[in-house]
Amino acid sequence: MALVEISHLVKRFTRDAGWFRAGVTVAAVDDISFAIDEGETFGLVGESGSGKTTTGRCMLRLVEPTAGEVRFRGDNVLAFTRSRMRQARRDMQIVFQDPYSSLNPRMRARQIVEEPLIIHRIGRRAERRARVAELFDLVGLNPAHLERYPHEFSGGQRQRIGLARALALNPSFLILDEPVSALDVSVQAQVVNLLMDLQQRLRLTYLFIAHDLRLVEHICNRVAVMYLGKIVEVGPTASLFAAPQHPYTKALLSAIPIPDPDAPRQRIVLDAALIDRGAALKEIAAGHWAAI
Amino acid sequence: MNPAPSATNQNPERRTPNGEPLLRVERLTTVFDTRRGAVAAVDDVSFDVRAGETLGLVGESGSGKSVTALSIMRLVQPPGRIAGGRLLFQGRDLLTLDDRQMQSIRGAEISLIFQEPMTALNPVFRIGDQIGETLVVHRRATRREARGKAIELLRSVRIPNPESRVMDYPHQLSGGMQQRVMIALALACQPSLVIADEPTTALDVTIQAEILDLLREMKAALGLALLLITHDLGVVAETADRVAVMYAGRIVETGPVRDIFRGPAHPYTRGLLASIPGGRPGERLRAIEGTVPMLGDLPPGCAFTPRCPDRFDRCPTAPPPDYPIGPEQAAKCYLHDPQSPRRQFPTNQPSAISSQRYGSR
Repeated sequence: MALVEISHLVKRFTRDAGWFRAGVTVAAVDDISFAIDEGETFGLVGESGSGKTTTGRCMLRLVEPTAGEVRFRGDNVLAFTRSRMRQARRDMQIVFQDPYSSLNPRMRARQIVEEPLIIHRIGRRAERRARVAELFDLVGLNPAHLERYPHEFSGGQRQRIGLARALALNPSFLILDEPVSALDVSVQAQVVNLLMDLQQRLRLTYLFIAHDLRLVEHICNRVAVMYLGKIVEVGPTASLFAAPQHPYTKALLSAIPIPDPDAPRQRIVLDAALIDRGAALKEIAAGHWAAI
Repeated sequence: MNPAPSATNQNPERRTPNGEPLLRVERLTTVFDTRRGAVAAVDDVSFDVRAGETLGLVGESGSGKSVTALSIMRLVQPPGRIAGGRLLFQGRDLLTLDDRQMQSIRGAEISLIFQEPMTALNPVFRIGDQIGETLVVHRRATRREARGKAIELLRSVRIPNPESRVMDYPHQLSGGMQQRVMIALALACQPSLVIADEPTTALDVTIQAEILDLLREMKAALGLALLLITHDLGVVAETADRVAVMYAGRIVETGPVRDIFRGPAHPYTRGLLASIPGGRPGERLRAIEGTVPMLGDLPPGCAFTPRCPDRFDRCPTAPPPDYPIGPEQAAKCYLHDPQSPRRQFPTNQPSAISSQRYGSR
């Protein structure tokens, strides 16, 4: 059964008319639907501005969607009251891209990880301390560094702090918004391995928002490709990478630089005229849908 | 491609006299003065850029690759300063030139393309005027000639409607178009060397592919040499003829791109290649353990020692010199010392690099 189900999600941003300009409405997310199964890693890829980050934020109601439904374990999250939503957030957490700007520089690492427990009034002080130490251990941080400030950690360690904080409330669903793209190349693989380990140990479900397609191919079970606010193709990773159907997916996959000087290369340049913006998703292979 | 306008009066196969490289960086050391003394961001770095070739300079953030680029341009700002070495460009040591002589080389003979075109372009001037300014300064062009040349250059980097785009301000262009403007600007005076510092890192992957194609074409048409600075091994594999790998301010391995990817000799290079996602989906990646050391707090000897799977007692003693691996490949690693007690590679080969072609069957 699907853990998370998105249907007909729409988010429009409106810029009001000013003295010298007309008002504009942009559909950042334009009627998208997908479901994420329990325990799977679902990839969301697309160029910057395609709406993938907005989609993730709408699911946690960090931005309010304009229309549509987000069902989590069958319940429509968008109909929740404030207090019910607060409860739901214990189960759905997000890890942001930039560990340099997403951690409060004035808080110690321990406080950053402990804060969600305080907000949700979980445990006594001593219990919370014990939980924080356990989380530090879980994400591979040295518990001797609990009292340090964010600037005393490297990028990879900071992302581990962000991850420990996200895991503090024992969520079942994590939105990972470009979790390794701000990290040094030699450190990315460590954090990716940690994410894969944690998923197994804690039986987590991931929405993995990324632009590194090699990484998406490696860790995602299924992938959705967004283009200008719409999902233009979705399917099992192997099927989608082997036989992309939508012109944008074809162009995107052919543009991945291959780390092999002798690899044959055939660049497919995106021809916008080939894209039928009104096309509905059609199933072209088992579970593999494309808007062509 | 359209013949680039500036190619006409140019011999596409530019050679420097007697087979000398176009640029020879010799024992370059650039330090930053801090309260705790001078910290070397670039530490005794030597490499050549040959006329007409692309040298890929690979490294992570903080490895010193951008400071190397700024040093070559002599644009290092205090508290940084070049503390030693020679920068032989067409036989002349750039470090001995006075500011005026250097000014005439910068932008004209050697030009620089930055990572973020939005911050490198001046937001309050029209792009045509920014390109024109270079020509007025270096080529004593009149304003009117400069405008015509700017349009030509914009056309050569394939910006649509250059006649009207030339009047645009940078914010009116997309990131990819801005980077094309940067390239046009860099090529305006037909330099023989272009330094591109992470030119595609801020761009989407489809736009990155277009910009790399454009750089390759311009390079071939104009016979210029390209020093491409990047952290992306995929970009290097697709673009570079030779590679230099930097770690913690030092170049740890150099060689032709094929040799580096097929037979990486330094454990750091091997680790980087092995950590690229590939192999069976869901398999653990072969990560390099540890973190990049802080400059000023480098481990003694080879700076990669604490993270190296092949370290042995000799590694922390002194920074290793270059050991030849092949006719053109060299690595700074004691494993390759003929006198070393441990000469063979004990550990993993780089993972099977996925060489499959995506997006077609």
